[in-house]
Parts: sequence; C-alpha cells; structure tokens
Amino acid sequence: MDYRTVLTTCTYCGCGCNFFLEVLDGKAIGTIPCKTSPVNEGKLCIKGWNVHEFIHNEKRLKRPLLRKNGRLEEVSWDEALDYTAARLKEIKEKSGPDSIGFLTSAKVTNEENYILQKFARAGVNTNNVDHCARL
Amino acid sequence: MTNSIEEFEQADCIFIIGSNTSVAHPLIATRIYRAKKNGAKIIVADPRKVHISEIADIYVRQNMGTDVALLNGIMNVILSNGWHDQAFIDERTEEFEQFKKVVEAYPPEKAAEVCGVSAEDIRLIAECYGKAEKASIVYCMGITQHTTGVDNVKSLANLAMLTGSLGKESSGVNPLRGQNNVQGACDMGGLPNVLTAYQPVTSPAASEKFAKAWGVEKLSQKVGLTIPGMLEGLENDTVKALFVLGENPVVSDPDVHHVKKALEKAELLVVQDIFFTATAELADVVLPGVSFAEKDGTFSNTERRVSRVRRAVEPIGESRQDWQIIQDISNRFGYPMNYASPEDIFNEMTLLTPSYAGINYPRLEGDGIQWPCPTAEHPGTRFLHKDKIARGKGLFHAVGFLPPAEIIDQQYPFWLSTGRVFAHYHTGTMTRNSPTLDAEIAEGFLELNVDDAEKINVSNGEWVTISSRRGSIDVKAMLTKRIAQGSVFMPFHFIESCANILTNPAHDPICKIPELKVCAVNVVKRPLPA
Repeated sequence: MDYRTVLTTCTYCGCGCNFFLEVLDGKAIGTIPCKTSPVNEGKLCIKGWNVHEFIHNEKRLKRPLLRKNGRLEEVSWDEALDYTAARLKEIKEKSGPDSIGFLTSAKVTNEENYILQKFARAGVNTNNVDHCARL
Repeated sequence: MTNSIEEFEQADCIFIIGSNTSVAHPLIATRIYRAKKNGAKIIVADPRKVHISEIADIYVRQNMGTDVALLNGIMNVILSNGWHDQAFIDERTEEFEQFKKVVEAYPPEKAAEVCGVSAEDIRLIAECYGKAEKASIVYCMGITQHTTGVDNVKSLANLAMLTGSLGKESSGVNPLRGQNNVQGACDMGGLPNVLTAYQPVTSPAASEKFAKAWGVEKLSQKVGLTIPGMLEGLENDTVKALFVLGENPVVSDPDVHHVKKALEKAELLVVQDIFFTATAELADVVLPGVSFAEKDGTFSNTERRVSRVRRAVEPIGESRQDWQIIQDISNRFGYPMNYASPEDIFNEMTLLTPSYAGINYPRLEGDGIQWPCPTAEHPGTRFLHKDKIARGKGLFHAVGFLPPAEIIDQQYPFWLSTGRVFAHYHTGTMTRNSPTLDAEIAEGFLELNVDDAEKINVSNGEWVTISSRRGSIDVKAMLTKRIAQGSVFMPFHFIESCANILTNPAHDPICKIPELKVCAVNVVKRPLPA
C-alpha cells in the first residue's frame, strides 16, 4: 500500500485554497486542507472537500478523437496531432492568420496559458486570443 | 483584488455588491464573517437576498441593472455631507470636477426612483461607507456582466477614490475572480489586446521585445478578436478555425443556440479538455489533457497570489500534459518549441513579464507570492496603489445611468438573472461528475417569488416553461422570497435546463462582457403534453 499526500492548489473558484491531495496506490481519495495556507487556513468548502471525486471518473477522456465520416473516432496521438497541425497550417495559408482563433483557459495553469498564447502569436501570428474571463 | 483576502478581517466596513460571496467564494465569506465579529459593518446590495445578506447591517435590493444610479446616489450623499477625502482627491486623483458635476445630478430621491432603493437606505449606506476608516468594496459578476459593466466598475472605483479608501490596508476595490486561474489567464496574455502583464499588443516596444525573445521577425500589432468577435467571424466566414483549451462555450456563453450555430460553421474546431463536454461534441478533433491533480504548474488567485500546483497522480488513460500537447502541435505546425517542463516555461515567462520577474519555483515553496514581484529579493505585494495610484493619478470617470439592453414588456414581463449554486461550479464539467456534489443538487431550477407563483398558479417543484427572445426551456420552479416579485433567477450549471439558451448576448461596448445578469423573460406553467 502506497499512501502519499501532495500539497497543491484547488481547481475551482478564484480563492485558490491549498490542500493536500491524499493519494492511495495512485488514486486520489481525499483532501486535507492546509492549515498554514494564508488563503484558507485549514478550511475548505464543499467543493474543495470533494475535489478528488471527478479525477478518476469513468467519463474522463482517455484517447484522442478525430471526426471521420461525420463521427468522432478514437485515433492515435500522432494522427490527431498531425491532423490538427496540418489543418491549422492549411487554413493559415489559405485564409490568413487572423482566420484562426484561440480560447485559452481560466482553468489551466499559467504555464499552459503562456505557451498557448505564444503559439497563437509567434507561431500562427494572430492576436485572436481570448478566454472566458467575462463569463 | 487591490487587497489581500486576510485584510478583510480588519476592515471597518465591507460593501458587498453583486457578489453571492458565501456561495461562490466560501473561503472569502469566512473572512467577512470574522470581520463582522471584529466589529465591521457589512453592507450588501443585491437584487437577490443572497445568503450573506443575513449578516448584513444594511441590506438593499436594487433593481437589476441599476447599479450606477445606486452608486451615484450614495456618492451624492457623501459629497453633500462632506464625508469625502479632499486631501486624497487633490493629491492622488484627477478629473474630479467633471465627475462631481454628474454625481450632483443624482440626489438620493432621484436615484431611488431608478434603483428602487429608498432614499433613506441610500443615506445610510453613504454614512456607513463614507465615515469608515478602512472601507473595502467586494464585487463580482453581478457588477460586471452588464452592458454597463465597465460603467459599474468605474463607479465603484469612483466611490473608493472619493473617500480615499484605496491604497491602504483593508481599504480598496476587490473583484472576486470566479475561476481558479482567471487572474493568471489574464496575466499570461490570454486576451486579444495584451501580451503578458498587460503589455499592449499595439505597443511597438512590447511587440519588438516579445518578437526577439520568441525568435520571430515580428508579431501582429493588430488587436485580436474577443470570444463574441470570434463567433461572429465564424458566422460571416472570416474565422475558419477555433482552438479551444479547457473551455465550454456551448454552456457558458449567452444565447447558446447562436453559439452552437457559429461553432458548427467552423472548418476546424479543436477541443482540448478532460471531459467530453457539449463543446467537444461539435469538435473535429478532441485532445485529452489532464486535470490539476495530474500536472505541475502554477495558478494565480484572486488576490494575485501565485501558488504551486503539484502532480499527485498519473495521467488517466492515454491523456497527456496540456503543455506537451501544445508544444507537439507547435512543432508539427513549424514553430519549434523545446521546453523540458512547466518550470522551464515559467522561467521564460518571467523574463518577459515585469510583475512576475522576481518569482521562481523555489520561491513559491511555502505561501506563494503576490504580484507585483519585480525582483528576486522583492517579497511580493499585499495591496496595490500604496502611496500612489499605479497609473500615476487615479482617474475619476463621470458616469451616468444607462438602462439594461433589454427591458421587460408585456410579452416578457419578468427580469431574469443567472448565477451559481453552492455545490456546483461553472458549466458543471467537474462538479456534476462528482457524486457527492451531484447528490447535493442534481438538476436545474428556477427561483420564483411566492406571490408571482400564486399569480401564474404554480406550486413548488412544478414544471414551468421560461422563454426569452432567444429560446425557451422547461425547468422546475423553486418558490422563494429570496428573489423580488417580478424577477426570477436560474443557475447556469445544468445543460438540460440551460439558462444560457435564454440570456442576452448584448455586451458592454468597451470590454465586450455579455449582459448575463439581466434579460426579459416570460414564465408560464408548463402546458400538459397533448
């Protein structure tokens, strides 16, 4: 039996509470609020207490999907990535960089937001970058 | 937020407007409860009698979409009683005279006629906030999601500057960020007009700096499209492809029938997410990323605190790190990227981002760091605008009242507002897939005032049909006194009774935020199936 706790930051609202994710044999099984966190001082809300529950949900996406003959089918990573990059390139060449839009995300990390807007701006050469801050 | 979360506890007055704090930001509500215990006066202004109003010293129910009138009324009283801080105004602000002229046109009796709050209550709020030594404003999407969202925010900034309640401990203007990393997404340049740390894309200097660092000849200096602009572009064929990372516009955006139609027109729709969302259903390519539990990185919270996210479990199935997916696409696209880790990306970002320049992963061990943090020795910043307003002089804005884009009429006689419930989060992708939270609240509902319910002959739990100019849905009624007569409220988490089929995409002319908090609807008992 391998039991570990990993200090991290909540994925729900903008409070940004810190807790230890309890991991048993590779599965997240619970949360322990962090007492020394200046944000939540050892407390959590109902969403934070239960944040481990969706992580291993059966409905999580496990493989890339590609639409073929109108239906989404499981494909390899290579096929999905090649297709995405090739189509983006084609569309940029045919209709110009500003014909492509990017939604970055208030749900992902700073690093992921940075790298996606960098790809949009330096790779594709468009400032069509937005996310759901207003929603 | 201009201030830190913990500073609420020492405030003398907290003015909450358009924030359902205990439901949407429970751990901030905790601080406000403590402030109350420490003797702070709590003012709550909200069209719904939200839960936190139970501890309010003053609760007022303004009509939906009338915040500017209410705030101008409050400021009128502050000015006429001399509760404003003339020294602060003279030293730290500008354009006061024009502002004053507009506010003088809002005596409390006149403001009351528009906002529905009595002149007496307006005077009470003005006295309570205006005389407080340390006064803090808390607001959320109830202020911003209006066609006058920018005007509303400017009015709150006016109020804080008028009384000098800015730039000091426990005094400031504190918008609560709704999503864990909406602060960070904005800081990182996830916006069409700015690069990281709000450096304008139109600035030749910024553009040159980034182009050089990113190894390209030059960057576009043309401001890009916002989400509504991209949707419009899809409809008129100027936008052909959309890459969506961890967002679900088919549930979150106003007028979803229209959103779906636009997305269906895309030549290429790529969705990178952790669940098969309603938006993913429309995609040409779906790329499985990982949840926060499976990744390393940082989030920036509502008080500008950058905190570590640490990998606790392995990616599910064949899902991959989101940064790796983007890097792989970029490499195949022809723009090489070669990062070894999220930390590697973070270190590059800080070189280009003045407010994050002094932050690195080792320094984030412990409590995290609040930006601005310009150097490796800088401790971070608890509250903003200390001694001097960041832009130089605080700018007063003369703001007059404008009504919402859609007004009730005979055909659509109810005001509709939307928001969250305590057990769920945004489009429900995560919370509705959590058994405990799903058990708390499993389906959508419509809050309907008990007297209105009697008039349209609806009892608690009965099905009603609610319709607007954009569409119509069926949902169960929840009878309550929390909402005023003539108004209804719906949570937007539930796709089966999707509130955003009804909402109005009309948006603020400056920041393009849609008016999700007010539209006109009709409510009738659901007709029996034939």
